[in-house]
Amino acid sequence: LPLICVCGGLSYTATFLHMNDNSGTLLNFFMPSFLSSAAFTCRSLAKPSLTVRRPFNLSHGTTTLGFIFQGGVIAAADTRASAGGLVACPFVHKISPIHSHLVVTSSGSGADCMLWERILRREIRLYQLRHSRCLSICGTAKLLSFMLHPFKGTDVCVALTLCGWDKELIYVCSDGARLQGDIFSVGSGSPYAYGILDGSLRWSLSNEEAISLAREAVFRATHRDAYSGNHVDLFHITAQGWTNTLSAVGMFDTV
Amino acid sequence: MEYLIGIQGPDFVLVAADNVAASSIIQMKHDYDKMFKLSEKILLLCVGEAGDTVQFAEYIQKNVQLYKMRNGYELSPSAAANFTRKNLAEYLRSRTPYHVNLLLAGYDDTDGPGLYYMDYMSSLAKAPFAAHGYGAFLTLSILDRHYKPDLTREEALDLLKMCVEELNRRFILNLPSFSVRVIDREGIHDLEKITPSTK
Repeated sequence: LPLICVCGGLSYTATFLHMNDNSGTLLNFFMPSFLSSAAFTCRSLAKPSLTVRRPFNLSHGTTTLGFIFQGGVIAAADTRASAGGLVACPFVHKISPIHSHLVVTSSGSGADCMLWERILRREIRLYQLRHSRCLSICGTAKLLSFMLHPFKGTDVCVALTLCGWDKELIYVCSDGARLQGDIFSVGSGSPYAYGILDGSLRWSLSNEEAISLAREAVFRATHRDAYSGNHVDLFHITAQGWTNTLSAVGMFDTV
Repeated sequence: MEYLIGIQGPDFVLVAADNVAASSIIQMKHDYDKMFKLSEKILLLCVGEAGDTVQFAEYIQKNVQLYKMRNGYELSPSAAANFTRKNLAEYLRSRTPYHVNLLLAGYDDTDGPGLYYMDYMSSLAKAPFAAHGYGAFLTLSILDRHYKPDLTREEALDLLKMCVEELNRRFILNLPSFSVRVIDREGIHDLEKITPSTK
């Protein structure tokens, strides 16, 4: 995959745009340099001091996906938690329910995701108690996005997909993106999953076909991606609420 | 990676934006709308860093609407543009600057149509035509060559299609479709999406 690295800087002379294609040859393009606002801004002050080194590698390996079809919403994910080259835990639940009609798939830093899922669950429950009704999925996504905004630029790394009734699928990430759509896949294995989903996904799939498609997409991603693997968790959300087929149940249940 | 373009005519402003929402190498959405309606006759087109775009644009949008509620009349496009620039400038030297590039297009009942170019360094320029993104390098010369101040709506749309075709031919990234809108005395009108033909 080609990597584009723009060499910017405060100089007004033109700089080179380096592009590596798969053969390893360096292609140079002549592009005017963009003035970097980094010299004027202090966003780096928001980052914590880097003198304390983490005792483990931070890694974002996962494959999660969600899509909408005639029978509701499907959410699927692998169950491997990796820390660099180590499989820290082979049976992690990356999809957790927020309430009876909303589940969230998580990717990014495991600790951050667990924390923010709990925070989201708390806020949604508080809203329900205060206003006697459930907050909509759109509202939930907006609330989460606004809660994450102060941490933009820090090491917080969460990429959550809210899957719920009424048939909605919203992707929220700690960079600030909030996207509503019909199909999302997140994580290091997501390109492989998109390859399977984009070809076979149709609105008119039956429940069994949709479940098996989701399972196959995650499986193919786990086959190719080193940081995804082990089992496949699957949730199906309908008007009656969510039903799940967890591949691994037991001591690591966090719900 | 993203592209915005605006063309001002004698009594209208034509604006277009691509529809891709990307995350590193993946197109997460193919039908993403980058235009924010500030008021009945003002549109804000916003591209840039992932969360900053929506946060900043919605902040400006709600403030413009608040002004209308408080004072009973709407901000003019020029006032809205200067307000936006002021906010960008204030945040620029703070701990959380907004990295967004904007085009503000509007129609004022007294001054007529206006197109304002703003970038992440909080510069502001009123221009007859403008573009943002890598695609601007390829299309600004086309606009320079073919633009005239009294162009009709059909000519403006043809000019826009010329720019989109050039992007389709020479830009390495695939931008499959573009939303197009026109602002005139009657308000904001949606036009048909432009999908450049295969090379």
